[in-house]
Amino acid sequence: MAEEMSGAEMVIRALQDQGVEHIFGYPGGAVLPIYDAIFQQDKVQHILVRHEQGATHMAEGYARSTGKVGCVLVTSGPGATNAVTGLTDALLDSIPMVCISGQVATPLIGSDAFQECDTVGITRNCTKHNYLVKSVEDLPRILHEAFYIASSGRPGPVVIDVPKDVQFAIGDYYKPAAHTSHKSYRPQIEGDHKAIEEAVELMMRAKRPIFYTGGGVINSGPEASRNLRELAELTGFPVTSTLMGLGAFPASSSQWMGMLGMHGTYEANMAMHDCDLMINIGARFDDRITGRVDAFSPNSTKIHVDIDPSSINKNIVIDLPIIGDCNHVLEEMIRIWRTRTNTSREEELKPWWHQIEKWRAVDSLRYKGSDEVIKPQFAIERLAAAVKDKDVYITTEVGQHQMWAAQYFPFDLPNRWMTSGGLGTMGYGLPAAVGVQVAHKDALVIDIAGEASVQMTMQEFSTAVQYRLPIKVFILNNEYMGMVRQWQELLHGGRYSQSYSESLPDFVKMAEAYGGKGIRCEDPKELDAAIKEMIDYDGPVLFDCRVTKEENCFPMIPSGKAHNEMILPDTADVGNIIDDKGKVLV
Amino acid sequence: MNANILPTGSVYSLVADTSAVERHTLSVLVDNEPGILARIAGLFSARGFNIDSLTVSETEHEQGLSRITVVTKANLKVLVQIKRQLERLVPVHRVVDLTATGKSLERELALVKVAGEGDDRIEALRLADAFRAQVVDASTNSFVFEITGKPTKIEQFIALMMPLGLVEVVRTGLAAIARGPEPM
Repeated sequence: MAEEMSGAEMVIRALQDQGVEHIFGYPGGAVLPIYDAIFQQDKVQHILVRHEQGATHMAEGYARSTGKVGCVLVTSGPGATNAVTGLTDALLDSIPMVCISGQVATPLIGSDAFQECDTVGITRNCTKHNYLVKSVEDLPRILHEAFYIASSGRPGPVVIDVPKDVQFAIGDYYKPAAHTSHKSYRPQIEGDHKAIEEAVELMMRAKRPIFYTGGGVINSGPEASRNLRELAELTGFPVTSTLMGLGAFPASSSQWMGMLGMHGTYEANMAMHDCDLMINIGARFDDRITGRVDAFSPNSTKIHVDIDPSSINKNIVIDLPIIGDCNHVLEEMIRIWRTRTNTSREEELKPWWHQIEKWRAVDSLRYKGSDEVIKPQFAIERLAAAVKDKDVYITTEVGQHQMWAAQYFPFDLPNRWMTSGGLGTMGYGLPAAVGVQVAHKDALVIDIAGEASVQMTMQEFSTAVQYRLPIKVFILNNEYMGMVRQWQELLHGGRYSQSYSESLPDFVKMAEAYGGKGIRCEDPKELDAAIKEMIDYDGPVLFDCRVTKEENCFPMIPSGKAHNEMILPDTADVGNIIDDKGKVLV
Repeated sequence: MNANILPTGSVYSLVADTSAVERHTLSVLVDNEPGILARIAGLFSARGFNIDSLTVSETEHEQGLSRITVVTKANLKVLVQIKRQLERLVPVHRVVDLTATGKSLERELALVKVAGEGDDRIEALRLADAFRAQVVDASTNSFVFEITGKPTKIEQFIALMMPLGLVEVVRTGLAAIARGPEPM
């Protein structure tokens, strides 16, 4: 049943009908009619950001912690271009997002009008799909279609560019159809039954198997994580995960190997290298994971479960591809496994677990403690211990602190870990924390940050203050862009070109200036009390945790090397490990 | 620890794929919407795929569908990626590798302008006749020929016109269709 209204009202009505409760945005000339429509209702709450990039990361944090679509509203020109980083980030990490941008009126398009940019042109390659709405008649269909495309299949960001005259135009609004379908876009949800059967048969014969899981399990919903746990328990196989997949499998399980890849654990990477059967569920053989591809797990049969057919055989040759939604495939695997056997394979897997125990004994995450200075690893361990029994969500920026968080903070639940994996966007964590806190009002939301990253989107602390969002920004302050400095140590003879964080602000005063609380800690003996003070404070906190300045993040697969060539905490002469070929890589 | 060091070979982003490069013609059925060509061309440039030729035209007006014919050069692994990446685009309905399916017809049209007098002019006309090229424009000292055929035939014709006063050439790019009664 159609209802007559303006294009701007349609935008807000469609958001309401799609179940959107929050939208992150910033007003401007080309979206004023939509802001007027927001003013006249109270179902969709608007969160006013300080910069459009912040809005996109908030939407990402919101989406990843809830499983819902994150929504963004920006104006034309700079509003849209400022959103590009977050859109690209959401594309690379498969985050469902709908971004509505204002555009100059259709007669002005192409005239270099004030605040005009070719938004669909600019965002074409950094979105899953985008639209320029040229007529109000198309608007309801496009709005609903955008939500379907953003959230189905492999999720991703969708941009809808709405010219100002279309926002004013009157047209018929239609509610979303009960069963959405699209004439050309049809993601495959159910995995091929024969292939899944074959996979289970391989799993029943495997002697050195490993589950390698990724963000796809998280995106597939909490049910997929439950099924992963069940399948792991049934099979008794070890489980490792990518950065994006942390939390899908509980870190407290004895089958958990820790994260794999460039800064993954020794046991996870060695097991990947030496396994005879690799079961990839919802991961994409990213270069942070594979290291040198020609030496990647040379003797294993590889099963790859992915909803996106283009992921298959992109980087690594697959023996058994299964296109489908992780949850569906996991369910089928469990069902078929149960029909085939009810005995444990514990005995056959014993030698493999014995080997894994030997690798674990290397204790690749060990570090030298200190009584004088706070070690960054120690800071994260103490933080994790302090929030153990709380309803906690963690976001991060990008760099050493991110890797330490992934290594030392244990996650037992999905959707609790928000980080920028594919794009590696410094400045992601603080706004993402704001987005998470908007969705989870009473939870404890902590951004584990670095002092360099956090300054890229620092202004969103003001958003947190405005909406009384008690986020905690836990800054591991080593006065360096730590990962850049580490690579300069490893690759460029320790010449720390431009990686020192000069002229740092006083983070305590800065927090106070914004109307939040600032805490500084430089003594390991005072750390626990300071962390407690942070948690107990009912409001946003900037925690300036002064840590060791030149700590390296290990273990590490140096660029251009294989899984079994890791640098461990006590490897000597790290400046001479990476060869000329490896130096070319990032 | 690092005892098992493998011989230094390729590293991940420097993998030199030595498998043979093949020329393939892909037929892509898409929604005829604004920006679709930029979407396809942008995908090829963003992912470093080759385009030898690309033609696009609306073919099924009622359904608003266009057919894009892309000729690309790649090894088999990359060809699969090209196909999958194209299929990932929302307005793409189908992608068919006409070269892989074997029996397809490929045609291209060219307009060839030749200027000359005397024997050259007569020779140009004679050759045009042999290639079944039509004269679509003529002046006292020039012709424009229209020639249709496989790209190899067109190239041959152009080569022959070269010494006879070839002025310029425009080509449509390749249109291709599978043989037999089935649609793509």
